[in-house]
Amino acid sequence: MGNSYAIESQEMSTSIILQLILSGVTIGSIYAMVALGFNIIYNSTSIINFAQGEFVMLGGMFMVSLVGPLNLPMWVAFPIAVLAVTLIGMAFERLCIHPLKMPSVLSLIIITIAGSILLKGGAMFAWGKETFSLPHFSTEKPILLLEATILPQTVWILGIIGMVVLLLALFFRFTIVGKAMRACAANRPAASLVGINVKRIVLLSFALSAAIGAIAGIIITPISLMDYERGAILGLKGFGAAVLGGLGNPMGAVVAGFLIGIVESLCAGLISSHYKDAVGLVVLLMVLFIKPSGLFGSAQVSKLKKF
Amino acid sequence: MSKLNSKWMGLFCLSMLLLMLISGCAKEKKTYKVGAIFAITGSASWLGEPEKKTAEMIKEEINAAGGINGHLLDLIIEDTVGDETKTVNAVNKLIEKDKVLAIIGPSRSGTTMAIVPIVEKAEVPLVSCAAAEAIVSPVAERHWVFKTPQKDTDAVIRIYEHMQDKEIAKIAIITGTTGFGDQGRKQLKKYAEKMEITIVADETYGPGDTDMTPQLIKIKGTNAQAIVNWSIVPAQSIVPKNMRQLGMTIPLYQSHGFGNIKYAAAAGEAGEGIIFPAGRLLVADVLPEDHPQKTVLTEYKKAYEEKYREPVSTFGGHAYDALKLVIVALQQAGPDRAKIRDELENIKGFVGTGGIFNFSPEDHSGLTKEAFEMLTVKEGNFTLTE
Repeated sequence: MGNSYAIESQEMSTSIILQLILSGVTIGSIYAMVALGFNIIYNSTSIINFAQGEFVMLGGMFMVSLVGPLNLPMWVAFPIAVLAVTLIGMAFERLCIHPLKMPSVLSLIIITIAGSILLKGGAMFAWGKETFSLPHFSTEKPILLLEATILPQTVWILGIIGMVVLLLALFFRFTIVGKAMRACAANRPAASLVGINVKRIVLLSFALSAAIGAIAGIIITPISLMDYERGAILGLKGFGAAVLGGLGNPMGAVVAGFLIGIVESLCAGLISSHYKDAVGLVVLLMVLFIKPSGLFGSAQVSKLKKF
Repeated sequence: MSKLNSKWMGLFCLSMLLLMLISGCAKEKKTYKVGAIFAITGSASWLGEPEKKTAEMIKEEINAAGGINGHLLDLIIEDTVGDETKTVNAVNKLIEKDKVLAIIGPSRSGTTMAIVPIVEKAEVPLVSCAAAEAIVSPVAERHWVFKTPQKDTDAVIRIYEHMQDKEIAKIAIITGTTGFGDQGRKQLKKYAEKMEITIVADETYGPGDTDMTPQLIKIKGTNAQAIVNWSIVPAQSIVPKNMRQLGMTIPLYQSHGFGNIKYAAAAGEAGEGIIFPAGRLLVADVLPEDHPQKTVLTEYKKAYEEKYREPVSTFGGHAYDALKLVIVALQQAGPDRAKIRDELENIKGFVGTGGIFNFSPEDHSGLTKEAFEMLTVKEGNFTLTE
């Protein structure tokens, strides 16, 4: 009798852990998407764009408006929302970053903070202070995976992240523009000397990271809901993932994002949810103590960076 | 000579009389200044904005009807941004510069606590729109302070009473980590013992969290018969969704912080059947005709929604009650801060949006647990529980 109970509880606990890991993947996928956006701008400008979280928020908000009041089908609204946020990202670069003659890293970072406040305020006026939700891309019925459940929307998120990462890798490796961006990341003056228009690359990196942010916002809104203030918190967690993975390393950002998500989820499920945010940060701090360049960052590369 | 003198004298008297008449008229027109401090912008703006709109609406109504005993109401509105320092500055300005007779607001408990010592010292009546009980207790040290929202503890008691009726004895609580959620967590734990309810799991979530399945998995592993989800941030709508995902069917109770139809909409189908305590404003339309609050609630709701084209919220209702109470006191007391305070303390049977207020020297909150009604979500709308 006692024995069978023990077996049952053991089975129970493996399914619990599987479920917790799946939840962690859901949470982590969001961090990973935000962290990706941080990296692209960091690579071409060596600044942290603190408005990255606002791009995520704007993506979700545009999608809400396009699907809700304008009643467009999802597949039409998706590219329009991404395009709208991309244009906002480009305008942000042209109006705030581009005009600076001799920008220091610090002043650039402060400008992005100002930009995030501006975007947040703008969103508050445009959409109000309410919380919005989006319909799930497909059914809301959970999929049974072994003994755990996963929402179809999470599968969508994972699929889209996988595609974004793959496309980015191909873009950076095989296209001339992608190579130019990597050249800027490695050595900006040298890139400029061989004829790369660095300022245009910066514009492009803002466009790209705004687009990725927007995609993240659109795919997470059905699960996490969206309001004008969401950007800052998403940005903070994504920043943690970007640092953990090693700033400037997109693959590292994705892995670190999932790692933080899973650690948080396991902590909340097995220990206590009171400590889950702290545990994520403790992991981050420990990694930085042992390996200051992040999990996948190279110490040599990080020495070359200004920040 | 004497004839001339008397003629001049008569003219003089007449002009004096005229002068007195004019100045008398001017005195008649003197406005009553009342200060209003709300978190109109900032992270608590969803509280402050409906409060400000409500106060402005009442001011227009009362002045269109000829003011208070013929005195026009001059409402001086300040934005606290939900910030303690800004609130203190705003209150000092209202007291020193504007010399207001009374103040309504602020929106948040934290900002209210910051100004309690100031109004106590300056001896200015304050009617707060925030809920924390510390605002009006101990009442001996809160001579000048009143508040209109229902008490958190009454919400807890109403939830626990409902559970007792349903023979629920073991519960799990999941609370937000913001001030509202934290306060609720404390009260839930405090009253559980008194009302013979055992809390078998105690979980929390942050305002930015996107997935609560880990916490719910933990709760699922216990023998909890119901869950109380206590929060005021939008993330609370994710809990019912995750419960559904995990196939959890035990009853879900929420706090009065769920009293915004947007939150029910965000929870979608998963929100059906959620039980929560709230003021009756949310169910004004389905309230029985003979309910004492019916007229006040439907009239406020109609006026607000016609004017601002947005759904009325309970927070606006708190400002409605605060300003109306001050107006009632002003009608009786006139422009005298001490007399206004005394009148406020003696108001009995005032029908407001939050309930029926009975103030006394021992009670500056004026409401009982009866101010809460247990509501539920049915087909996407709030309705009374059977």
